[in-house]
Amino acid sequence: MTDAPTLPNYRYVSRKRRTKEDRRFITGRGKFVADVEVPGMKHVAVLPSPHPRANILDIDTSAAMALPGVHYVLTGDELAAETNSLFHGLDLPNVIWHPLAVGMTRYAGEWVAAVVADSRYIAEDAAELIEVDYESLPAAVDSEKMIDGDQPLVHPDHGSNVLFRKTWEWGPVEEDFEAMPHAVSYRARWGRSSTVPIETFGVVAKWDEITEIMDVWASIQMPQYQDQIAAALGMPMNNVRVHNDVDVGGSYGVKRGIKHTVLVSYLAKRLGFPVRFIEDRLDNMSGGDAHGPDRIFDITMAFDDDGVIKSMKIRALDDVGAYPGRAPLQLGKPMTALCGPYRVNSIEYEAISVTSNKTGQVPVRGFGQSPTNFAIETGLERVAKYLGLDRVEVRARNLVRKDEFPWKIPPGSLYDSGDFHAVLESAIKTSNWDDLIARRDALRAEGKLAGVGITTCLEPGGGNNIFEYLFNPKLEITTFVESVLIKVEPTGAITAVMCTTTSGQGHETMVSTIAGEELERDPDTIRVVHGDSLEALPTRSPVASRMTIVLGTATSNAAREIKDKMITIAAYDLGIEKDQVEYADGEFSVRGAPERKLSWAQICHIAHKQFHRMPPGHELGLQAYSVQQVPGAGQLPNEKNEVPLYPCFSFQAHVPLVEIDPDTGKVKLHDYFIAHDCGTAINPDIVRGMIIGGVAHGVGAALYEKFEYDQDGQLLAGTFVDYLLPSAHEIPPVTDIEHCTPSPITSLGQKGSGEGGYLGAPAAVASAVNDALSPYDIEINELPIRARDIEAALHEKTN
Amino acid sequence: MKQVEITLNVNGRACAVTVPPRMTLVDCLRDVLRLTGTHVGCEHGICGACSVMFDGEPVRSCLMFAVQADGHAITTVEGLADEDGEISDLQDSFWECHAMQCGYCTPGMLVASQALLAENPNPDDGDIREAISGNLCRCTGYQQIVEAVKLTAQRRRGVRS
Ligand code: FES
Ligand code: FES
Repeated sequence: MTDAPTLPNYRYVSRKRRTKEDRRFITGRGKFVADVEVPGMKHVAVLPSPHPRANILDIDTSAAMALPGVHYVLTGDELAAETNSLFHGLDLPNVIWHPLAVGMTRYAGEWVAAVVADSRYIAEDAAELIEVDYESLPAAVDSEKMIDGDQPLVHPDHGSNVLFRKTWEWGPVEEDFEAMPHAVSYRARWGRSSTVPIETFGVVAKWDEITEIMDVWASIQMPQYQDQIAAALGMPMNNVRVHNDVDVGGSYGVKRGIKHTVLVSYLAKRLGFPVRFIEDRLDNMSGGDAHGPDRIFDITMAFDDDGVIKSMKIRALDDVGAYPGRAPLQLGKPMTALCGPYRVNSIEYEAISVTSNKTGQVPVRGFGQSPTNFAIETGLERVAKYLGLDRVEVRARNLVRKDEFPWKIPPGSLYDSGDFHAVLESAIKTSNWDDLIARRDALRAEGKLAGVGITTCLEPGGGNNIFEYLFNPKLEITTFVESVLIKVEPTGAITAVMCTTTSGQGHETMVSTIAGEELERDPDTIRVVHGDSLEALPTRSPVASRMTIVLGTATSNAAREIKDKMITIAAYDLGIEKDQVEYADGEFSVRGAPERKLSWAQICHIAHKQFHRMPPGHELGLQAYSVQQVPGAGQLPNEKNEVPLYPCFSFQAHVPLVEIDPDTGKVKLHDYFIAHDCGTAINPDIVRGMIIGGVAHGVGAALYEKFEYDQDGQLLAGTFVDYLLPSAHEIPPVTDIEHCTPSPITSLGQKGSGEGGYLGAPAAVASAVNDALSPYDIEINELPIRARDIEAALHEKTN
Repeated sequence: MKQVEITLNVNGRACAVTVPPRMTLVDCLRDVLRLTGTHVGCEHGICGACSVMFDGEPVRSCLMFAVQADGHAITTVEGLADEDGEISDLQDSFWECHAMQCGYCTPGMLVASQALLAENPNPDDGDIREAISGNLCRCTGYQQIVEAVKLTAQRRRGVRS
């Protein structure tokens, strides 16, 4: 559905159009990493540590090596001696990370050795024959205890399990707190879940000693992938060729297999033949370092009698597991929208990142924003409850108003545009809020537990990662660039070269639609390819809800440049001024004399082959590239630590209805309504899929998914039997409604949409569950809220 | 290791292959026959990415050995299109409704949906959700898949969408 103020009259943009990518997927022709077959390639299996923390005393690989079909067994000592350690976002010189454990294992599942064999079957047989002598040690698993220092040290040389701790204050926090008559304090906890794509991570590497090129095919979604491979292998970046045309079977942030890649690249070079490693599901869930945030928030909000929030104090403690990588920076991104869509005057933010003997954390959809949104929304619920106000009304009173954009929040972000009240209103209308409350009450009257949830939520898009600098001044990076090259062939056909991988976001559709719109050519005739990393222009990969914003704007710019070149050629050939050329539908005509014209094909022919008809001083051919900066980015933080972070802000309001079985605690989602504004939707079906898929992902985080550990540090969820992904049974029908407030800072008003569903759904579902539990005066602010948690809470209240 | 000769009828073609007895059916399809449209998501029977038609019934090819399929008929996603490569109405509806994002679960979803429609030409949303509930999709939240199956059924009944 669309709740649209009238859109510009686009031909292709915002129209129902089939995607470019789907055709290969419905026919089984996608090229995923496990489909890549390189002649002569051998297969890797890894040996995981059974201990959360142990010294490795000895590794005996002889029996494994002796097995027929085995080519090599690699251990951590050799790999560490021959490659450089892996990159961390924080400046942590004494936290050393290698793909295989060196001297000590730091979590159950960490890889201790890797076998290369003729088949994965043989490699797994051989892995079982490796004998490792461990000295098991007590593990550090309780994140809160890390701060006091009474847990075993995960990285003894670092001297503490605290990796980062810092407090920022933006605005007059104490003053605002004193001025406000009320304050509520609460704790909200986000469980260790992740995105868990159906395709695990995989990588194939091939080294050619003559050309000295390391070819890499991987299921990757990661900025600076080739930079980090080259750095770890100690070779220049132009010796590494990452094939970006591999279809990635879902990622949502986590496909960051740098350690896997260094491992197989090293093996391919060492052994002289191509090597492939495809994680199995247990590899992925335990040793793959693909867990997500694991956070405790302690928050106080200060507000007036009307429920208008003036100030917030937020403390976020995050457990990043054994090897931090870029994970601690996930505490930084939420600064982009630290007070959500609300008009807060000042904020204190303490971010603490600790290491533990658990699987490593990687970026997850929203880069830390979803836990933060959940924590903020929990506060809005608290404020409403404290004052006895309506939950919707409290949100409406705090939302930034339509006429206030661009709105600057205390940490410095500029909210570009929006109409938050209209979107909230639209969610209330679409959900028939009063009817929904009546349905809830009818269920309650039947003796059931039922609740309606409400959440409003921002989705920052665009990915200016200058917050990294606030965590590590060595990361003085003030851009997050993306590029495209568009060329028009002599015969008129258009090809666009994008520079990174795709993991379901439909970039080929997006680029071809925008290029088609700008050039007035049918997007179906525009080919979009993924240049490999040696051919590609600068990229930071498809993260941060940024491709439509940055790659989309780059596409507009390149297409406009081509159009301008064509008009220049036409003007010269027709003997008129440029501004006398009229372009429409592939024809360049003289204004006022439409019979004098040149066709698209004629201009292409001139540009490529008829130098004598070209305006002097102009480049031959028809090509343009655009290297696009994040709109509004390019500054370091000022002395108050304020800096504009992400440039574009999408907005949603979520309304679910839940029923809870009072005996089992099982939650059933009856309905889910979401009103959504991501500016100009380039392809409505793709946007809709992203929103609904994001909601489903958020429902998982809210109700089912957790990488549970026991008190000794053993992972209890290594399969789909114990880590529960929602199926079509658990996900309700979602009614979505689009609102459109075009962004003033992108080429066609587009904003991001890949994360929004996931950023709001956990808070919305928690809101509904707590509404259902409110007659019992139960409030659960720890996700996931599993049936057994509800059952236990009800049991306690009723006994 | 011992090898076994078997013949599978895959997508209407008899394929004689030699495999180790412990090789799973999905590995045989993908790595021996190079039919890589069928995917692997968990190898423990939960995700459904490896679903194929086995004598007309959907099965999880990660839970079977290739040797168990000796002499049986298998249809993979590559066999859903007709001989001239014309995609089936179900595939077309998946495309029309954008019933996927990354496409990784899609072959399994097509198999599960095809099996449903063969049995029940007029499924309601609940029937469809039931039929695909053994197939996990992390991208879509299932809704556009449900819509695609419904559209196929409507088109088969001649109902205009
Ligand atoms: S791979 Fe067979 S069910 Fe998951
Ligand atoms: S489309 Fe990606 S898992 Fe279903």
